[in-house]
Amino acid sequence: MTQIDTLIGDPSLTSQREAPPAPKGRWLSAYFGTPGNALITILCLGTIFALAKLAIGWLFIDATFVGTPAECKATIGACWPFLSAKMRYIFFGFYPFEEQWRPLTAMLLFLGACIVSMVPRVWGRGLLIAWIAVVLPVLYVLMAGGYFGLTVVPTTQWGGLPLSFMLSFIGLACALPLGIALALARASSLPAIRILGVSFIEIVRGVPLISILFMATVMLPLFMPNGITIDKLIRAQVAIILFAAAYIAEIVRGGLQAVPKGQVEAGHSLGLHYWQIMRKIVLPQALKKVIPPLVSLFIGFFQDTTLVTIVGLLDFLDTVRTAMRDPEWQGIAVLEGYVFAAVVYFVFSALMGAYSRFLERYFRTTHD
Amino acid sequence: MPLFYDARIRAYLYQVIAVGLVLLVAWVMFSTASANLAKQDIATGFGFLARQAGFVITETAITYEPTDTIGRAILVGIANTVKVSLLAAILGTIFGLLVGIGRLSHNPVLSRLMLAYVEALRNVPLLLYLLLWYSLIISTFPPVKQAIQMLPGVFLSNSGLVMPALHWESGFAALVTAILVGIVAATFVARMLGRQRVVSGKDRPVALIATVAFLLPLVAALLLANISVTWDVPELGRFRLSGGYHLRPEFVALLLGLTLSVSANVAEIVRAGIQAVSKGQWEAATALGLSRARTLKLVILPQALRIIIPPLTNTYLTVFKNSSLAIAIGYPDLVMVSNTIMNQTGQAIESIAIFMGVYLGLSILISLVMNWYNAKVALRER
Repeated sequence: MTQIDTLIGDPSLTSQREAPPAPKGRWLSAYFGTPGNALITILCLGTIFALAKLAIGWLFIDATFVGTPAECKATIGACWPFLSAKMRYIFFGFYPFEEQWRPLTAMLLFLGACIVSMVPRVWGRGLLIAWIAVVLPVLYVLMAGGYFGLTVVPTTQWGGLPLSFMLSFIGLACALPLGIALALARASSLPAIRILGVSFIEIVRGVPLISILFMATVMLPLFMPNGITIDKLIRAQVAIILFAAAYIAEIVRGGLQAVPKGQVEAGHSLGLHYWQIMRKIVLPQALKKVIPPLVSLFIGFFQDTTLVTIVGLLDFLDTVRTAMRDPEWQGIAVLEGYVFAAVVYFVFSALMGAYSRFLERYFRTTHD
Repeated sequence: MPLFYDARIRAYLYQVIAVGLVLLVAWVMFSTASANLAKQDIATGFGFLARQAGFVITETAITYEPTDTIGRAILVGIANTVKVSLLAAILGTIFGLLVGIGRLSHNPVLSRLMLAYVEALRNVPLLLYLLLWYSLIISTFPPVKQAIQMLPGVFLSNSGLVMPALHWESGFAALVTAILVGIVAATFVARMLGRQRVVSGKDRPVALIATVAFLLPLVAALLLANISVTWDVPELGRFRLSGGYHLRPEFVALLLGLTLSVSANVAEIVRAGIQAVSKGQWEAATALGLSRARTLKLVILPQALRIIIPPLTNTYLTVFKNSSLAIAIGYPDLVMVSNTIMNQTGQAIESIAIFMGVYLGLSILISLVMNWYNAKVALRER
């Protein structure tokens, strides 16, 4: 509930025409001012109460906290022993059991690096270099092994939350430059390049993500020369990158359109050529304008990576599902896993959403 | 001066290189694919569409038998996709409009409840919700053998809701025509009376006259056409229910998931649209003595609609594409039917090309309309 409270407390979310603060001593009028208002309040409170009763009953009162599957089956509430028994599988999939400290370290390192990178003050070339030269190689070595005496773990054994993070983060990091290039192609004055850009963007945006995932997993092997096979994980990753790039391109296009033409003309009059104008004048202004919608897009893609389940990759949602289908727990833990997964996705998405609103405020208060 | 420094020539050069690269990649992929297919003895082309499908589709919006062609099966998939996305879009819009207005309510309890609803839906992946609804339906309702009889002929079980279906012996077409004529007549009459009121100031009972205009053709059809109907009442056998109209859990779960996700998006779009209408409009309407509800309906919503429509179209596009998640819970939409065909015939490239083509065709159509609209309303620069 604290999550919701912080979201409500955010001024950008609440209406600008919210009722003026009620005079002191008459705070009740906002809730019970008119008969209609009182009715709405009572109905809403009733709904909240009924839902809370249902939820608390299932989550806590009727729930089993310790015990065996058989004990769980006897009660009607939630079965929490399922989660604790399956926790390591849910988080890490088929990653070798005794090596699971590696994905755990990788995940913590990744989250820490993300939190540091979220502070606008540290943004700059140094941060980018740190990610490319330090963070990503360390993450890769931790996951894949092969160096410093770490055993090699093939990508087929990767799974769970680290896989979800990797697919969404690497996907978006690679899609961003590609999307910017596509946006520039779409805005280009050269007709052939513009047509290529528009075709790519519209084709990718016109089809569902799972069709692109299908293409990457089923069709792509047919297009590969004999003897060359590409790892399934990489194929899905490429599909996500291409898909995200088309959407990023449209957002960046909005930013490009919002930069006044005079900026380009000024650049021309200074004798700069196209790439200099774009890199030094137009893109910095355009990208700054579209950071909030980009963050919103990132949230959407973090959720969309769940679709790799459909082509048989063991992401977080898939490890949860397979854990629930374990013969030992089947038919007992029907909802617990989904509820847990929903909470995990909710927390990460809501945090990113709050961050997006923070950025919106930040850029509104700075003067450049 | 070398030719490369001429801006025009350089522009041509870039374009030739870009197009050449794309063609080269396409050609390499095409030739390796045809070589691979020839080696694996997979026939190419769309001839397989005329072959007999041979598989069962559990839910069909148009008539289909396993003896029909594969082409027909794909049509069934398209019809199922359109059916579920259309229904979800309509229901989600109605529901989302209410939630969006509730979000703006002066009542803090209501607006916060609606905020919690929107946040809960937008921050959890749609696929997770689909699986959740599906397993909820499957696990909470009893198996078919112990189906609950809610009303005579209405059975609820974990294979869905079965209820009596109407069978039209004759007169169906006449009835549909009468309803359509009635709608057109009622709209026309209401418009005409509205215009008259503006001109002459006469206040007539518009709603009553419009209702009469709607009912007249219906009464005519009932009197003139020979309408006969029989009920197809489901019966509970030893292992399964036979007859009746079957509302399957896959369809319900998909429709529920899509509708809720549409409603959350529509709610946010509506809220943003309403908030974008300037405050003075509210004040002016209040000064005229309009109530809050009437202000919303007569003054604010018509103006907000201009801002609402483009993102709304996007939401409809998204629900149309998201209906492809049906494959995760087994509702036979276009993607799932194509997937079945792919597994049976081995013709992956053609199957994927067909369903991507269908999605693309419909999406591009909507996208073109959107871009035209966007260009029309966009601010003109020098």
